[in-house]
Amino acid sequence: MSVTADGSSTVGPFTTKAAEDWKAAGGSDVTVGISGTGGGFERFCAGETDISNASRPIKDDEAEICEQNGVEYVELRVAIDALTNVVNIENDWVDCLTVDQLSVIWGPRSTVKSWKQVDPSFPDVRLRLYGAGTDSGTFDYFTEAINGESGASRSDYSATEDDNVTVQGVAGDRGALGYFGFSYFEQNQSTLKALEVDGGDGCVAPSVDAAQDGSYTPLSRPLFIYVKRSSLEEKEDVRDFVRFALEKQQTIAQEALFVPMSREQIDEQLAKLESATS
Amino acid sequence: MTSAHVPVGQAVTVLPRKRIRWGEVGVQALLFLAATVSVLTTVGIVLSLVLPATEFFREVSPWDFLTGTTWAPLFLDAQFGVVPLIVGTLMISFWSSLVAFPLGLGVAIYLSEYARDRVTRVLKPILEILAAIPTVVLGYFALTFVTPLLRDLGLDVEIFNALSASLVLGVMLIPTVASLSEDAMAAVPRDLRDGGYALGADKLQVSTRVVVPAAISGIIAAFVLAFSRAVGETMIVLIAAGQLAQITFDPRETIATMTAFIGATGNGDIPTGSIEYKTIFAVGLTLFVMTLVMNLVSIRLVRRYREVYE
Amino acid sequence: MTTLDAPIQMGRQRRVWRNRLFQGAMLFAMLVAFGTLAVLLVDTVVTGWPELDRQLFTEPPSTVAEEGGGRPAILATLYLGFLVLFMSVPIGVATAVYLEEYANRERWYNRLIEVNIQNLAAVPSIVYGILGLAFIVRGIGLGRVVLAGALILTLVVLPTVVVASREAIRAVPDSIRQGAYALGATKWQVVWRQVLPAAIPGMATGSILALSRAVGETAPLIMVGAVVYVAFDPTILGAYTALPVQIFNWTKQPDPTFQTLAAAGAIVLLVIVLSMNALAIFVRNRYRKRW
Repeated sequence: MSVTADGSSTVGPFTTKAAEDWKAAGGSDVTVGISGTGGGFERFCAGETDISNASRPIKDDEAEICEQNGVEYVELRVAIDALTNVVNIENDWVDCLTVDQLSVIWGPRSTVKSWKQVDPSFPDVRLRLYGAGTDSGTFDYFTEAINGESGASRSDYSATEDDNVTVQGVAGDRGALGYFGFSYFEQNQSTLKALEVDGGDGCVAPSVDAAQDGSYTPLSRPLFIYVKRSSLEEKEDVRDFVRFALEKQQTIAQEALFVPMSREQIDEQLAKLESATS
Repeated sequence: MTSAHVPVGQAVTVLPRKRIRWGEVGVQALLFLAATVSVLTTVGIVLSLVLPATEFFREVSPWDFLTGTTWAPLFLDAQFGVVPLIVGTLMISFWSSLVAFPLGLGVAIYLSEYARDRVTRVLKPILEILAAIPTVVLGYFALTFVTPLLRDLGLDVEIFNALSASLVLGVMLIPTVASLSEDAMAAVPRDLRDGGYALGADKLQVSTRVVVPAAISGIIAAFVLAFSRAVGETMIVLIAAGQLAQITFDPRETIATMTAFIGATGNGDIPTGSIEYKTIFAVGLTLFVMTLVMNLVSIRLVRRYREVYE
Repeated sequence: MTTLDAPIQMGRQRRVWRNRLFQGAMLFAMLVAFGTLAVLLVDTVVTGWPELDRQLFTEPPSTVAEEGGGRPAILATLYLGFLVLFMSVPIGVATAVYLEEYANRERWYNRLIEVNIQNLAAVPSIVYGILGLAFIVRGIGLGRVVLAGALILTLVVLPTVVVASREAIRAVPDSIRQGAYALGATKWQVVWRQVLPAAIPGMATGSILALSRAVGETAPLIMVGAVVYVAFDPTILGAYTALPVQIFNWTKQPDPTFQTLAAAGAIVLLVIVLSMNALAIFVRNRYRKRW
């Protein structure tokens, strides 16, 4: 009986790496899908998966469905993410954007088509946007942090639940701008440039430290997995796998190019897991 | 009991009394059952599309759906105008047909009228190979080879663009156009050609003014089939043409087709419930109807222009 | 062939040039078709060659590109192939036999079946994916398992098998049937012992071609969720990912090593598909009967 996980494409690589290391350590089979945070929750609350990867907390209406279907769960943090804005490596005119500027670009009524409209000092290069699809937790988090409301965004951009496609898009277009989780930037530094974000206290570059100490605002966010309580109780494999993923979080995070949590943060989550299974 | 199915001229063995061969009846029943699988498939397709689509159209008016020019079904201020997707689909079909029709017909004329037997025997299988290439490989080729190539040639295409996908799709459809057209041309009797030659026409004139017009119904059917395949193609556009639903007639830009939308949105899970996911069925239904209509039109056209040579 | 004063008058020079131009155009068409094929094959092989090693066949996929392979995907594709073969051929041949030998064309339901199959052949494969998701994965609750994928692919290729089998059966001359009836055979005996054996080469060709298409299909499998990361060998009722889907996933990853893996996977897929096609052509040529 394999362990099934589905959900966020941001968290997906983490769970996948955990599954690989777990298998190498003699553990059982784990399948990981990337239907997006929203899609993952749909399946999770329908009882189809054991674990739901999420790059944002579960929404109220999703929690309600879980409750209606009798799916109880425990929420565990597995990593921290610095949601990164990226441009093409040949973009030499912008290094930092304020939250307001991002809001102007991504807002629901936005018709910005050129970099010049963002800042008059920028060249008149066509601004092409790539970003997360609406089923993505990244989308929910980004729109809430930048535009003030989850789901509020202009719609005329190349949207995808698979952040790899965003990487391809931005890497292939000089005037492109995109956003996704930090690990995707880390893996593609040869073709992408990360922008610093000014959340009110000056420009801060996304990085492991900035994410951990919270100075990278408003775009640092925790990454979660939600584990079905009945799976924890009935399937030993699920319990062992989740415990493994938490205990080895720092190694896995480093391998998968995520931001590791501190030892205390890990212990806190482990305690949560133990109390759920007791 | 083979009363109605007795072929004329069959020597009938006269049995002393009538006997129902239950084995025969049973076999016929089984075979009929097998044949109904296809009917059930169609019923299934129709049901799986129409039922959720009806629910969708209860919330979104068909008029808005079919005429709206903004496709943003999954956003906060949701808009359900399917026109950008249709435009995207037709763009791809148009440009790929521009490649497939003339080139496919050219190949067909060559194989049918000009090439020697030996050459044909070698070339036809190779054409079949081209037709057999899985579309995921073609999509990969479009993204990783054709798009950079177009850029090197100076065409300012976006990383995901309609042109690369169309070119590759067009080439993929050449065998379809070629083989059906060639069949149609092969069915034209020699007498017609000979008549043309007898009147002093050369090969070019005979091919283009005698054979092609005589085979026109089959050729048109080939065109329509190829166009319909282009409409329904998913992988090449999903990988290489992008997911940006916008109305544009510039093939260098990123677009979204109906199939790409379905493939990208339905990626693994379609929960029952939300309006957003019912869009898959509404779009799927539109796609199904489009290909169905094209197929029926093609059958009609073939029947109308078919020249019978018996 | 002398050019007499013909109704179609044309200067000889012009004639020659027009013919040359036309031949040039046709050659151009051939060049584009075959040239693209050649370029595609060469490009795929050259790109994928570095990753075409034992590892591709023995290792499961990995987030670390250097360590990954496509073993579960390749196995699943082979399983799917076999399952589709065993399901589509019997049903397809039976349908063809029914339509050709048994069905009374006057009856409305038989005409319906015929038209129906023609239409099904024109339906985009992704629509079959929607059907599969609604009825097979969700409806009867089979889930995202190999068997469900096989069922859907069977439906996709069924019209092709039916059409090919019908043509093969139609090609069997009536005299064979008549002879058998004259000897007192029943309809089923005629079919089973005379018609089908004679039609086997044509049916085999059609089935193999349909199968090669099934193996290369991606869209329907995406819809029924051939999962992203599967690191274990597939079982009929287990989660899976097929080779075309695996290639698709690798293609999306920007890391160049994954792109190479995608090309390597494409080589394997091409080998599978093209050898099936070659087999079909061989069968067709070898067993082509001249009546």
